[in-house]
Amino acid sequence: MNDMRPLERIVDTDTVKISARNVQVHYGETHAIKDVDVDLEANTVTAFIGPSGCGKSSFLRCLNRMNDTIDICRVQGDILLDGEDIYDKRVDPVQLRAKVGMVFQKPNPFPKSIYDNIAYGPRIHGLARNKSELDEIVEKSLRRGAIWDEVKDRLDAPGTGLSGGQQQRLCIARAVATEPEVLLMDEPCSALDPIATAQVEELIDELRQNFSVVIVTHSMQQAARVSQKTAFFHLGHLVEHGETGEIFTNPRDPRTESYITGRIG
Amino acid sequence: MPVLWIVLVVLGLGLIGYFAGRMRALGTAGGDTRRLHSLPSYYGWHALMLTVVPSLLVLAAWLLVAPNWIENTVSATLPEATIAESGSRGLAMAEVRRAAGALDRAVKQGTMDEATVATLHSGVADLADVTARLKETGAIITSDITVSVLRAAQEYRLMAKASGAYMTFAVLLLAAAGLVLALKRTNKDFRARNVVESGIRVILILASTIAILTTIGIVLSMLFETGNFFERYPWQKFFFGTKWAPDFRGDSELGMLPLLWGTLYISVVALLVAVPIGLFAAIYLSEYAGPKLRAVAKPMIEILAGIPTIVYGLFALMTVGPMVRDWIAQPLGLGNSTNSVMTAGLVMGVMLIPFVSSLSDDIINAVPQSMRDGSFGLGATQSETVKQVVLPAALPGIVGAVLLAASRAIGETMIVVMGAGAAAAQFADGPGAVINPFEAMTTVTVKIVSQLTGDTDFASPETLVAFALGLTLFVITLGLNVLALFIVRKYREQYE
Repeated sequence: MNDMRPLERIVDTDTVKISARNVQVHYGETHAIKDVDVDLEANTVTAFIGPSGCGKSSFLRCLNRMNDTIDICRVQGDILLDGEDIYDKRVDPVQLRAKVGMVFQKPNPFPKSIYDNIAYGPRIHGLARNKSELDEIVEKSLRRGAIWDEVKDRLDAPGTGLSGGQQQRLCIARAVATEPEVLLMDEPCSALDPIATAQVEELIDELRQNFSVVIVTHSMQQAARVSQKTAFFHLGHLVEHGETGEIFTNPRDPRTESYITGRIG
Repeated sequence: MPVLWIVLVVLGLGLIGYFAGRMRALGTAGGDTRRLHSLPSYYGWHALMLTVVPSLLVLAAWLLVAPNWIENTVSATLPEATIAESGSRGLAMAEVRRAAGALDRAVKQGTMDEATVATLHSGVADLADVTARLKETGAIITSDITVSVLRAAQEYRLMAKASGAYMTFAVLLLAAAGLVLALKRTNKDFRARNVVESGIRVILILASTIAILTTIGIVLSMLFETGNFFERYPWQKFFFGTKWAPDFRGDSELGMLPLLWGTLYISVVALLVAVPIGLFAAIYLSEYAGPKLRAVAKPMIEILAGIPTIVYGLFALMTVGPMVRDWIAQPLGLGNSTNSVMTAGLVMGVMLIPFVSSLSDDIINAVPQSMRDGSFGLGATQSETVKQVVLPAALPGIVGAVLLAASRAIGETMIVVMGAGAAAAQFADGPGAVINPFEAMTTVTVKIVSQLTGDTDFASPETLVAFALGLTLFVITLGLNVLALFIVRKYREQYE
């Protein structure tokens, strides 16, 4: 995106969920993200695409302050969630992460039962007052994760015993269970086979009704299939951000065009 | 030829074999290594292995078997009267061995020659004079030597000498045969690399077999002596007796329970100290501390593991014991002894901290970062993540670490003697005295030592009880290990 239309952006803040301004990320000496300005809208799937090392995952991790766990990482600039600066001193990163959930590249179910995997978030945030409410949350989350029918008879079985695709849907259900407002997905399908990928993509589309979804992906087909908005990152810069159809059919920047036609990246 | 020389000669032959094999292989290939099946050094190793390994194995086997065989043969020739005189066959044979040793020394020092030695037992020589002359050599001869002992000793010497000669011959012959065979097999198409590979496998199998056989040997020897003990003392009284009062004049009460209680009590106190502190230290180091602090702190904690237990014992005796008595036991009116379960338990606990912390730290570090990310991503705090994700994932390893520490605690002796004393728990004084952690108490290991030190004969239950106690401890630690294995298998939370 460019900085030429600041007024326009302020106007449509009511639908903007996350708004980033002038974000810089340094890992030690490396300047990983440079001057990124972007608005992510509610109830929209936004895809981050770009070649490896372009900073899309780093930027994603800024949105729920997961970068705080990396010692050498410094984040500058403003990231507003519903108009509130998430890097403000008063913001508790722990609570922020409950609002901005995350799904990782490799499925990482906890070595616990399927039930306990889902109940983990609700338990630490005290979302259920009693066992039956917790049961309800677990069922609802597993249904949202499109995995309920496959696991309803074996909720006590370990989550690590599921297949890769099931594990990833379990992780999505786990992230959904804390009722986040935004769901960040860091290449959620890169470890999955095509069938599991199709299931997860279908799921992402359904999740859009309740959450804002941001997905990092290496597959341009996937970005085209699941997202409404696409942002193209290159060498730490946000090169272009707009309607997915627009980006893929009529990119404005020559670098975007080169990337999606396969000439770079 | 002394054994050292035999070994050196065999190794020398092996070295010759290495170079000869290499050269021969290269020779058949016309000096072109590319035409050889294997690298030249493999031909060398092949010859070296074939020369050294079988001959040294035979040497080892001979050294193990021959003395026993000689002893049995000689002891069969001892007249009953001599055995009766010494008390038992074993004691008589000990005398024979001493006499043989003395004769060897006499010959070596030149006070006797082989011819005189050979005629000593024919009845001509003055036995008192022989005894005196043998004593002069510096050998320990307890009583006057008898003709039958002399005869046996001479026979013993001759057989040992013959056995040594045969052994030297056999070993060297085998080494030479191996060398020749290896060189004969060597040519450019010989698959030396494959032979060396399987040879290495055999050597590795031998090493592990020795380790396993040793364990079996230890258990068998303990079982044998324990069987002897239970022939002399009823097992019900040993396992269920509540009084420990050994008396070398006989009529002892050898109940195991007071000692077992002491062992378990002190170990539990030690683990109560070591497990929380060690585990928390491990969590801090692996989850919270920065890399710089970790690099310094971890070795510092591990220094604790390098302190000899006797030093811990001194610490218990001089510092912790009086402190526990003056500040806790006496004000509370619970006792006024510097030796107490608490003292030994506290100090032993400190000793065990590095066992728990170091192992747990490694295991916690092995939990994949993706687990932590997953938990943080759901909005968990660091301690929630540790408690609910990292520790359960690391649990099998942590259980292993704790049980290792428990085995150490159960086997510990020095700290107990100096910290908790050497008096067994007095069940007769009522449960208060037994449960009071400020009373002196002692453990199984301490009593094993005290039953076996000093002048002991291995025929009384007071001595043999040590083996029964040792076997009991062995079974307990074995049980702990099996339990650990079971827990680890059952609760292993696989994260891959």
